[in-house]
Amino acid sequence: MTDSATLEAVSIDQDEGNFSYPEDYAHDAGYGLTEKTIDYISDIKGEAEWIREFRKRALKVFNDKPMPTHWASEDLNNIVFDHIRYYLAKGQRPTRSWDEVPDDVKETFERLGIPEKERKYLAGVEAQFDSEAAYSNVKEELTKEGVIFVNSTEALREHPEVFRPWFGKVIPTGDNKFSALNSAVFSGGSFIYVPPGVKVKHPLQAYFRINAENFGQFERTLILVDEGAEVTYMEGCTAPKFETATLHSAVVELVAMKDAKIQYITVQNWSNNVFNLVTKRGLAHENAEIRWIDCNIGSRLTMKYPGVIMKGRKARGEVISIALANDGQHQDTGAKMIHAADETTSNIVAKSISVGTGRSTYRGQVHIPRHLKGCKNNTECDALLINATSRTDTYPAITVRGNRHATQHEASVSQVSEDQIFYMKQRGLSEGEAMSLSVNGFVNDLVREFPMEYSVELKRLIDMEMEGSVG
Amino acid sequence: MSQSLKIDNLHASVDGHEILKGLTLEVPKGEVHAIMGPNGSGKSTLAKVIAGHEDYVVTEGSVTLDGTDLLALEIDERSRAGFFLAFQYPHEIPGVSNANFLRAARQARLPKGEEIDAVAFYREMYAKMDQLGMDRKFTGRSVNEGFSGGEKKRNEILQMMILDPKYAVLDETDSGLDIDALKIVAQGVNAMRSPERGFLVITHYQRLLDYIVPDVVHVLSDGRIVKTGDKSLALELEEKGYDWVTKELAAA
Repeated sequence: MTDSATLEAVSIDQDEGNFSYPEDYAHDAGYGLTEKTIDYISDIKGEAEWIREFRKRALKVFNDKPMPTHWASEDLNNIVFDHIRYYLAKGQRPTRSWDEVPDDVKETFERLGIPEKERKYLAGVEAQFDSEAAYSNVKEELTKEGVIFVNSTEALREHPEVFRPWFGKVIPTGDNKFSALNSAVFSGGSFIYVPPGVKVKHPLQAYFRINAENFGQFERTLILVDEGAEVTYMEGCTAPKFETATLHSAVVELVAMKDAKIQYITVQNWSNNVFNLVTKRGLAHENAEIRWIDCNIGSRLTMKYPGVIMKGRKARGEVISIALANDGQHQDTGAKMIHAADETTSNIVAKSISVGTGRSTYRGQVHIPRHLKGCKNNTECDALLINATSRTDTYPAITVRGNRHATQHEASVSQVSEDQIFYMKQRGLSEGEAMSLSVNGFVNDLVREFPMEYSVELKRLIDMEMEGSVG
Repeated sequence: MSQSLKIDNLHASVDGHEILKGLTLEVPKGEVHAIMGPNGSGKSTLAKVIAGHEDYVVTEGSVTLDGTDLLALEIDERSRAGFFLAFQYPHEIPGVSNANFLRAARQARLPKGEEIDAVAFYREMYAKMDQLGMDRKFTGRSVNEGFSGGEKKRNEILQMMILDPKYAVLDETDSGLDIDALKIVAQGVNAMRSPERGFLVITHYQRLLDYIVPDVVHVLSDGRIVKTGDKSLALELEEKGYDWVTKELAAA
């Protein structure tokens, strides 16, 4: 390889999400958000009237709700909603074949390795480019078993009897300002239905890509897993590094019926101009299990607190979370566990790493009411500070009433000791390598929860983030 | 160019206190030297200064490895140049498995872009662990975490074997070892003795030198080498105690 070819290969590898293609959109809702924006989106999608109404009600809620800066970061005030475009699409329908995907979009996903991963180990893939999915495919045998895996527009048009009863029920429009925003302008996302008893062996994956500047991506996901069925869903997200702020505000609702299991895995690597404000919650019925496995790298500000409402007896909820805040980034993450039935169990394990001027915040809410019995919660949150300028805060709120429950809470803040680094350097590792290895060691037990392919990816992302963080 | 680990008139201080006060000694390739000395004489300081610990400031003198100026190199560069320090108190690295750590250390010695042969590496690691009587389960355990004192020291010797240094300093490797562990560790070191490698064994007690028989024994006192002799010096020290050297020195 020539030097320049080497350099190019290396630079893509180190910053793989940082590229974009010129914009040529057939549909652009323009800047700012009004009822007209909603009509524009609804018209293009050819939506049922009830959806248009749903959106317009949501817009009103969004406008009425103040920014939650009384508890959240003041940085939210820097989002200028009038400078954002709310819908951008090339006018294509998602295809089932990569060959039919427009070239620039296809190249984008090829550079991110999506088709390759699909061939290797996925049961289905959806690839969203700005507002709409460009590609959506699920293995034929799953379709035969009755599994539905489509985007939100198609789901609500083709399968309203399946999805409408649960749409907006786990996370009501008014849950928070950003769930209202999403409800007003949502587009894309994954709607999945798994019929009773069907255990989807390989993961389904969605990849969310923002290509345009001054844009907001508002995908909407609803995963409904029927009695005794199981599914693993994975999502990845990237965006190029633009000078201006980009907004990503998703709503993800999960419903696990009796004895069902859902595992929802996120690896996000947003560029540091992205405001990532996401609401994620699951509803677990009797003896059902919902696990959120969440890794947040990048973004300017991430606010995300995946939750589980344990509504049926013996339901289980879990949040496994890794956050890495680098220079100028704020990872404000955590978990919500709402116990609403006897003998429900929840587990939260959150680890954060703050590098440079990065800031990590953990917010946890655990709620166990007095009238229940036999509920259990375990919460562990550990923070690792790399530099003297790094910051971490923890706000656990555990409300347990009655004396028929068991809860346990552990928190720690640590630093990689200088002697540990000295020891590792004496064995020949550079300071950066020693730090990377230490940080990977810190999250190692959680990384193991991710599927193999993702844990390799995660390790690589952490190595990249740790480069140049010391010295 | 001299084939040795050469320490010449080394002065070093920590927090403004001078600990090494003109220390001179040379370990030629192929030899095993021992340094003995009372507590506080500067034994561990010497080990850390050669390794490049940032708490210590070298104010005068030099340390060269086969002619290379070690003091001009970073800590990790010294390691890759062929210097190994077996720590008196090996550190724990939570979450990083022994195998991964060793592999990373070996990888760090390869040219950029070259990947370690994982299969060959594991085969080699297992063979060396067998030699040291280490259970295979130690490959998957976090480095030194929850290890007993003896297990930690054995792990240091394993690392030394894997990294194959030109010169190794063993800093009180015998402390905290029972006699069986001591024998195994000594066996490991003896197996590594070669015309191509030099050792500097730091110890407080003569006991270790029954098993790792030195070519030369130095006595360190108050930051300087005050006496040098053959292995019989260690026995004499054991018999007469460190006071003997200090008194003899005062008399001289």
